[in-house]
Amino acid sequence: MEETILTIKESLLSHFRQNRKLLGKADNQRIAGLREEALEYFNEQGFPDIKQEKWRNTDISKVLERSYSFQVEPPQYNTNSEKLFRCEVPGFDTLSVTVLNGWYVNGSTRLNYYENGMIVGSLRAAFEELPELVEKHYGRYADFKVHGLAALNTALAMDGIFIYLPDNVVAEKTLQMVSVINANEDTMIQLRNLIILGKNSKLTLVQCDDSIDDHRSFINTVSEFSLGENAKLDHYKLQNKNDRSALLNTSWFNLDKFANLSTNGISLNGGFIRNETYATLAGSGANADIYGLYLMDRNQHIDNQVFVDHAVPDCTSSEMFKGILDDHASGVFNGHILVRKDAQRTNAYQNNKNILISDKAVVDTKPFLEIYADDVKCSHGATVGQLDQEAMFYLRSRGISYENARMLLMYAFAAEVVNKISIESLRNRIDDLVKKRLRGELSICDQCVLHCNASEQRAMFKIDMSRI
Amino acid sequence: MLTIRNLRVSINNKEILKGVNLEVKAGEVHAIMGPNGTGKSTLASVIAGRDIFEITEGEVTFNGKDLSDLSVDERAAEGIFLGFQYPVEIPGVSITNFMRTAVNEQRKYKGLDPMPASEFLAKMEEKKKMLDIHAKLANRSVNEGFSGGEKKKNEIFQMAMLEPKLAILDETDSGLDIDALKIVANGVNMLRRPDNAFLVITHYQRLLDYIVPDIVHVLYDGRIVRSGGKELALELEEKGYEWIKSEVEK
Repeated sequence: MEETILTIKESLLSHFRQNRKLLGKADNQRIAGLREEALEYFNEQGFPDIKQEKWRNTDISKVLERSYSFQVEPPQYNTNSEKLFRCEVPGFDTLSVTVLNGWYVNGSTRLNYYENGMIVGSLRAAFEELPELVEKHYGRYADFKVHGLAALNTALAMDGIFIYLPDNVVAEKTLQMVSVINANEDTMIQLRNLIILGKNSKLTLVQCDDSIDDHRSFINTVSEFSLGENAKLDHYKLQNKNDRSALLNTSWFNLDKFANLSTNGISLNGGFIRNETYATLAGSGANADIYGLYLMDRNQHIDNQVFVDHAVPDCTSSEMFKGILDDHASGVFNGHILVRKDAQRTNAYQNNKNILISDKAVVDTKPFLEIYADDVKCSHGATVGQLDQEAMFYLRSRGISYENARMLLMYAFAAEVVNKISIESLRNRIDDLVKKRLRGELSICDQCVLHCNASEQRAMFKIDMSRI
Repeated sequence: MLTIRNLRVSINNKEILKGVNLEVKAGEVHAIMGPNGTGKSTLASVIAGRDIFEITEGEVTFNGKDLSDLSVDERAAEGIFLGFQYPVEIPGVSITNFMRTAVNEQRKYKGLDPMPASEFLAKMEEKKKMLDIHAKLANRSVNEGFSGGEKKKNEIFQMAMLEPKLAILDETDSGLDIDALKIVANGVNMLRRPDNAFLVITHYQRLLDYIVPDIVHVLYDGRIVRSGGKELALELEEKGYEWIKSEVEK
C-alpha cells in the first residue's frame, strides 16, 4: 500500500505526540526542549526536496513514497542475536557493539565500564547513568536545522551507541559499531550516536551499516563526535546495504586544539546512501582528514556532503573522495570548505575523482571554497572521466584480457583511498571486499560486512594485490 | 614469422600506411628507419592491435595466423610484444603485479597453470639482474614518476619477462643518454635467439651501433622505399633523409 509524503509526515508527527512520554523519558529540560523545537522545525520544513540546493541531485521522495513502521520499544530479540552479529576479521581484535533496528542489543541494557575508564553502551542507558556528561555534549554539535531529517532525528531518536573515553585513555581494541536491520516489515529508524573523546585519548572506530534481509528500510542516523584537546579518532564507515534500503548518515565532528580526525567512508552497496560529514575545527592545530570511496551500480545512488569549518587559525584539513559508477548509478559530491575570517594559516585540500563505466551513470560534483581569511592555502579539484584508454591498451598489449585490464585499473583507482586505512588487517579486509565488489562477487552479506568465516576464501584476483 | 602484405591503414580518413610489405623471419633483427611522421609508429601500433586505426587493405599474419582475428591481448599471448615510445603511467599498479598478471594470463592462453609465486619472483630477480635494474623500480607503480630512461628500461624488462617471439621496439632510443641506450641495447642483444625476432624502429642510426640489424628498411610516406643490409643505415646517416626524399621523388 502506498502513501503520500504528506501522510508519512503526518504519521510521524502523530507518532511523536502519541509517544511523547516514552520518547524523552530521561531527557533533561534542555534536551526535552530540543525535541520540541526540532519537531516544530520538521513540522514547518517537512522532508528535504530537490528544490533545496543541497538536495538538488538527491531525490528522497521515492524513498518516502512508502509506508514504514516505527518502533518505540526495543525489539524482543532471541538469545542468538549476539552470535549472529559477531564479526571476525583475522588479526583484527575488536570490541563489537550492535544496534538492531536502531536499538542497542548487547546483553545488558546498562553501560559497560571498562578498567581503563572507557564507557561503552546504549545511549538510552547513558541518559540515565551519566546525565551530566550527556548534558554537556548531546545536541551541542549537531545542528538540526540543516534539514528536516536531522530535525526529525533530534525529535524522535531514542537509542544508539554511546562511547566515552576519559582524558589520557587509549582504547587498545578497535571498537566496532554495527547497525543491522532485521525486520518483518519495512522500517524507519532514527538512530543517534554520541562519542566523546577526552584530552589525549585515542580511539579507532569502525561503523558498519548492513542489511541482513531484503526488506525496505530507512535509517536516519545522526552521530555526534567530540574530540578533546589532542585526541585522536580513526573512524571508518562501511556501508553494504541492499538495493531497497535508504541510509542517511549525518556525522558531526567537533575538534578541539590539536585533535586529529581521520574518517573514511567506504560505500560498497546501497539503494540510497547519503553521508553528511560536518567537521568543525574549533581549536588551533586541529587536523581533519576526510576520505570516501563509493562503488555503485544498478540504480544505486550515493551522495557525499562534506562541510569543513575552519573556525580558528592554524588548522589543516584534507578531503579525498573517489567513486566508480556503473549501469544507471548516480553520485553526488558536495564539498564545502569554510575558512572564517580569523582562521589564518589554514591549509585545506579537497579532491573528488569519478570514473563512469557506463554512459548511463551520472555524477554531480561540486567543490566549493568559501574563504574569508587572507593567509591561507586552499586547493580543490574534481574530475569525472572514463577509464584511460591508453592505459587499457598498454595493459592489454602485455596479454592482460580486457576484463582484467579494466578491473586492474578500477582497483588501482580505488586503492588510493583504501591505502589510507591505517590498520593493516582492516585494510586487507576492505581491500578484499573492494576486489569482490569490482568483480561483481560481493553479495549483501547475510551478516555484517566484516564477517568472514575461517573457511571463506580470500578474493583471488589472479594477482597478489597485497604487494601493490 | 611476420608477414605484411600490401598494408594500407588510415586514421580519421587520412591514409598513413600506403601499401607496406614486410617479411620478418625467426632469428632476424629488422630495423625500420625513416623521417618523423612517415608511419613508423603506426605500423608498430597496428601490429600490436591498436584499434584506433582502420585497415583498409592488405593483411598481417603472424606464424600463419591472421592478426585481424586476434585481440590485443591475444596477439600478446601469441608472442607479439610492443615496446612503447611513450610508456603509460599507471598509478596504483605495481610492476610486480602487472607482470605477474601478464605472465599468468599469457600462460592461461596457452593452457598452462599460473606460474608459482616463488618461480615468478626468482624470474623477476634473474631478469632484473640481467638488465641491471634495481629492486626498487620493480615495486613502484608502473612507470609512475619514472624518468625517460627508467621507462624505457622498464619496457625492456617487461620484454625480458614475457619472452616474446617478436618484439617491436618503437623508438626505444628516443630521449636516452648513451648509458641508458647501452643498457637497452645490451638487453636486446642478450635476448636475441634463433627462434625470436626483433623489429627495431628508430629515427637515428645511433641505436644500430649497438643493436646490429640484419636488414634495414626505410619507411617514407607510408611505404617501404628501400631495404638493405646494415650498410644502408650508415648510408642514411651520412646522406640524411633528404637523400631518400630525392631518390623517391625522382
